[in-house]
Amino acid sequence: MSEREPPFESVGDLQRSLQGEAYLADRGLATAIYLALSLDKPLLLEGEAGVGKTEVAKALAAALDRRLIRLQCYEGIDASQALYEWNYPRQLLAIRAMPGPEAAGHVDDLFGPDFLVERPLLEAIRAGRGAVLLVDELDRADDEFEAFLLEVLSEFAVSIPELGRVAAEHPPAVIVTSNRTRELHDALKRRCLYHWIDHPTLEREVEIIGLRAPEASAALARQVAAAVARIRVMDVAKRPGVAESIDWAHALAFLDAPALNGETADATLGAVLKDHDDLEMARAAIVQVVGADG
Amino acid sequence: MASHSPALHRLVGFGRYLRAVGLPVGTGRVLAFCRAAVALDPFDREDLRLAARATLVSRHEDLPVVDALFHRYFHDGAAAPDETFVGGAATPTAEPKTRVPTGEEPDGIVVAASWRGGGAEEELEGESAIRVVASDTEVLRRKDFADLTVDERRAALALVRRLAFAIPSRRSRRYRASPSGDRLDFRRTIRQSLRTEGEPFRRRWKARRTRPRPLVLILDVSGSMAPYSRPLVEFAHAAVRAGRKVEVFCFGTRLTRITRAVRSRHPGEALTSAGAAVTDWEGGTRIGESLKELLDGWASRSALRGSVVVLCSDGLERGDPELLARQMQRLARLAHRLVWVNPLKGSPRYEPLARGMAASLPFVDVFLPGHDLESLEALSAAVALA
Repeated sequence: MSEREPPFESVGDLQRSLQGEAYLADRGLATAIYLALSLDKPLLLEGEAGVGKTEVAKALAAALDRRLIRLQCYEGIDASQALYEWNYPRQLLAIRAMPGPEAAGHVDDLFGPDFLVERPLLEAIRAGRGAVLLVDELDRADDEFEAFLLEVLSEFAVSIPELGRVAAEHPPAVIVTSNRTRELHDALKRRCLYHWIDHPTLEREVEIIGLRAPEASAALARQVAAAVARIRVMDVAKRPGVAESIDWAHALAFLDAPALNGETADATLGAVLKDHDDLEMARAAIVQVVGADG
Repeated sequence: MASHSPALHRLVGFGRYLRAVGLPVGTGRVLAFCRAAVALDPFDREDLRLAARATLVSRHEDLPVVDALFHRYFHDGAAAPDETFVGGAATPTAEPKTRVPTGEEPDGIVVAASWRGGGAEEELEGESAIRVVASDTEVLRRKDFADLTVDERRAALALVRRLAFAIPSRRSRRYRASPSGDRLDFRRTIRQSLRTEGEPFRRRWKARRTRPRPLVLILDVSGSMAPYSRPLVEFAHAAVRAGRKVEVFCFGTRLTRITRAVRSRHPGEALTSAGAAVTDWEGGTRIGESLKELLDGWASRSALRGSVVVLCSDGLERGDPELLARQMQRLARLAHRLVWVNPLKGSPRYEPLARGMAASLPFVDVFLPGHDLESLEALSAAVALA
């Protein structure tokens, strides 16, 4: 069924390659990525902020030795910012530079590749298998953009009226992330494989911190992971993700804190909690946060 | 493909099994699932489960359901839907009812069932539980707050909390740059054209700015309003979180500003303490005097001018209805819109005969019930459009 050899031999192989890029993927995530690559389908990743959705694409691009092309979505993004645009000022200057009588013959040149500004999607289509396309935080864009993206993702081809059709010989690997501030449309979801990234288990988080903040001691990494896990079950408005755990370990290591205790935790809590109410609550319960070993 | 036939049959059967339960599993998804199995080959059951999660659904809530049904289908060897459907005798949904609850139901089912806000999970099992989720939320939405059980009340509060709240806005006279605006922004266009030798190549647009309107919520927390106070405070909490220019007051016999308390994480506690301060349980409700206090004290601080005022009360006034009518008139003159929310209006037989209510109605722009979730949603919509 697959027209080519998948880039990885097995799910385990993929898992090891990602680990080589300092990304620890659990079996579920690795399977989802493996299938996305094998079936040439985009992978939709959802999960709370800071669980490492964007990092997946970065690590995957590095592991595959492909270029990462990132399309950051925002409210009001449209085709001219995502696909392509003509470089109008440059066209204008070219017209001015043309000698009058000959200008008419050169109009077609104005819509040549020199004047085309490639945006991420067109770049990804051209790069084909040489790229990993990351469509980041799609939930921020509006419905119209989602419909447009669906069209691009299903064909991997665009028609530029002046230049003709540009199609990818092989589709690039595509990772779509969403923070789930709104539900994406079913049509788009059907096109994608789906994976929900959860907060990691304690053991895995310790490993991740060890990998991403190697300057922190193993004991410190364990304390940080345990404390963050305790914060997550408290009634906080914004639950800290793995990114915050790593930041915290960095901060503590930078301050040469030998261990996480009430004092050092209090001084560095801002690395984990970014909401005033959350901070106040955690400060008041700092003993619980630090735990028995603090 | 033919060599895979029995296995393929089993895989396709799982897709149909999920569909029979109500998950939207289309042919495309089943195809992806089968292709995934081929791509993973050789695979163990765990691989197959992960592949099912990745290909067959795309909502976080559906994942535990898939896990549970996967277990039942591939592990316990639940009847393949083909057999049950072709036979036409029993559908998979009918099956669990005959099973004795073992207490070993996979977590997924419990998760799905607890959506309803707890209680009675053990009676509902398997697929039937999943179906109940949706319909029960519907029932809850239309049940009077006063009739809710403790569990239902908790679920209802959580739903109020999640209410998407849009703050009303007014159009300002000022303009802002806007790519989707409807007026040409000459100034920016000309300025931009300097880059292109005076050729106005990129046109710039502008649109009217919108400004949030102040929103003032006034909650009656007297004894007769007790069943509704808690959801209304939760409603106020949702409003306060949505915008900056929101003020919340509560009254029984006296008026208290509780904006700050409502903004906190636990608005329920705020209510308890505020309620103790403002309520004279024997004295009943003095709406007119409380409004006078508000108008005398806060009108000068422009909290009310041009605002949308939402007054939540059953209108059972103990004071002088004349005084109430005068205050309502003052309030109506200051406010942009005056919304009265009366939980009693939820009853089809209700007529605004209470003296206080009758005296106030002429000044009210919108008169709404607020006795159940659905009516609070309607209120939220009415406020946004005000």
